[in-house]
Amino acid sequence: MPKRIEVLKTYKTYVGGKFPRSESDRTYQVKDSKGSHIANACRCSRKDVRDAVLAARSAFGGWSGRSAYNRGQVLYRIAEMLEGRKDQFVGELEQFGVKSKDAAAEVETSVDRLIYYAGWTDKISQIFGTINPVASSHFNFSTPEPTGVVGIAAPHTSPLLSVVSLIAPVIAGGNTCIVLSGETYPLPAVSFGEVLHASDVPGGVVNILTGFKDEMLDHLSSHMDVNAVFNTLTDKSTRKLIDENASISVKRVFHYSTDDWLDQSHENPYIIDEFLEIKTTWHPIGD
Amino acid sequence: MSTSTLPDFRQTFPIDKIGVVERVTRLNKRSIKKESKIQGLKLALSMIDHTTLEGKDSPGKVIQLCQKARQPYAQMPELPTVAAVCVYPNMVSTAKKALRGTDIKVASVATAFPSGMATLQAKLDETQFAVEQGADEIDMVISRGEFLKGNYSYVFDEISAVKEACGKAHLKVILETGELETLENVRKASDIAMYAGTDFIKTSTGKIKPAATQPVTLVMLEAIRDFYRDTGQMVGMKPAGGIRKAKEALQYLVLVKETLGAAWLSPDWFRFGASSLTNDLLMQILKQDTGVYQSINYFSND
Repeated sequence: MPKRIEVLKTYKTYVGGKFPRSESDRTYQVKDSKGSHIANACRCSRKDVRDAVLAARSAFGGWSGRSAYNRGQVLYRIAEMLEGRKDQFVGELEQFGVKSKDAAAEVETSVDRLIYYAGWTDKISQIFGTINPVASSHFNFSTPEPTGVVGIAAPHTSPLLSVVSLIAPVIAGGNTCIVLSGETYPLPAVSFGEVLHASDVPGGVVNILTGFKDEMLDHLSSHMDVNAVFNTLTDKSTRKLIDENASISVKRVFHYSTDDWLDQSHENPYIIDEFLEIKTTWHPIGD
Repeated sequence: MSTSTLPDFRQTFPIDKIGVVERVTRLNKRSIKKESKIQGLKLALSMIDHTTLEGKDSPGKVIQLCQKARQPYAQMPELPTVAAVCVYPNMVSTAKKALRGTDIKVASVATAFPSGMATLQAKLDETQFAVEQGADEIDMVISRGEFLKGNYSYVFDEISAVKEACGKAHLKVILETGELETLENVRKASDIAMYAGTDFIKTSTGKIKPAATQPVTLVMLEAIRDFYRDTGQMVGMKPAGGIRKAKEALQYLVLVKETLGAAWLSPDWFRFGASSLTNDLLMQILKQDTGVYQSINYFSND
């Protein structure tokens, strides 16, 4: 009997609920921590960014229009699906060179973090909304609404957990997003797209691209149809670029960084609040 | 061939559907970049029949539409205006007034648009009314029922009668290709319309799906080419309905250039019937200009 040849996975992108290759047809080599080539990932171009923004924009109305309760259910469903595929993600992290124990911790924390944010969806408006005393005969109240389309720049570290920790608060608030996954090891992020696809998340709510930040971040952060940027990259020039580009259309920019994605501090409703806008309503009342 | 002979419309001109689709696919792969892209986008903008054909149209909406036609984007006053504004007959005078002092034409649909289900006299009266109101162009629909029955002379006579009623106004004949079932029928209807004396042939009303498609447009362009070879007369082309993206517009321009040549690349001979295409063209022009991808939020609806 000849030895069986293993079937290797083609890592693609996740855009608009589909798994297209980069429009540019380019790929780049993904290496493990020791430097050996383990897979190819799509090297996305600015046109992939454009397509992903379009997908996120068209998904926004439907996703933000869902009841908060339903969004919570969908987030919970993502956690369930991820739990069922734990071994696959542990395997992918090990392949990169993460120790088994650490890989398991990363996947488990990812599941728990999704559950955490699933619980918040129908509580944020109670916490961040207010009823305001006013002098005239009006019932005056302020409620949070999603900001819109959010561009996310993910870090190199904790390739699954970081992506989950960034996506969950953004979509919990009713936003849609485009994720530029970490350059060095984007494979778990792409596989997470498969989890999203299997868990009632409407196509386009989360879009995941792989490739070089240099080629995509400029176009993502300057795009007039992106309403906010959630950035974890720390170098000064990148942050300056994002700040400057965001100013063109006055985007929200939230720079965020950490050495330890396992830390409990990343489970925090104020991260959801970064991507909410407050709408105040004056409702006339009788005497 | 003498120009006075009419072809026998009972004969069917065979169309190789797979060949048409393949040619369209191949031409779609043409890459148009940088300066030529900007030129193409501006040309497409200048070819638009900016259209509103809804039951809820009001003078206010038409005036707004005309304002957009005069000045597609206020921040870039150097941009070309659109070619025409296309409205229902009762809105013609409003549009005419709103466009005073410009070269923008007023086109009016007529002949019981979009179904065409009315008596010939009613259609002629409507056409005359639109012309009297000041329409420069008339967009008529053919009687698809009669055409599909094989009553080609009825269709032919109707088009000639409407052409006569148009007087100086240009006539565009809408074939409503979505209801003609086959490409052979599209070709036949194009031939009938051109021999009956139309100035333009137009794909669709926009009320029926599918509206304009590129294979249908290619067949009609080839009909125009053959008609030009046989008679020496140029006829214009107007795909309408469903063209929303700048990229598609450029693909249509490639089809025109490759089938009819550069002489047809002018608003006199080629038009887009569209409403949302204008904003997408503007967004792409601005993208080329600034390097920044645009958002529809910053462009007016009409």
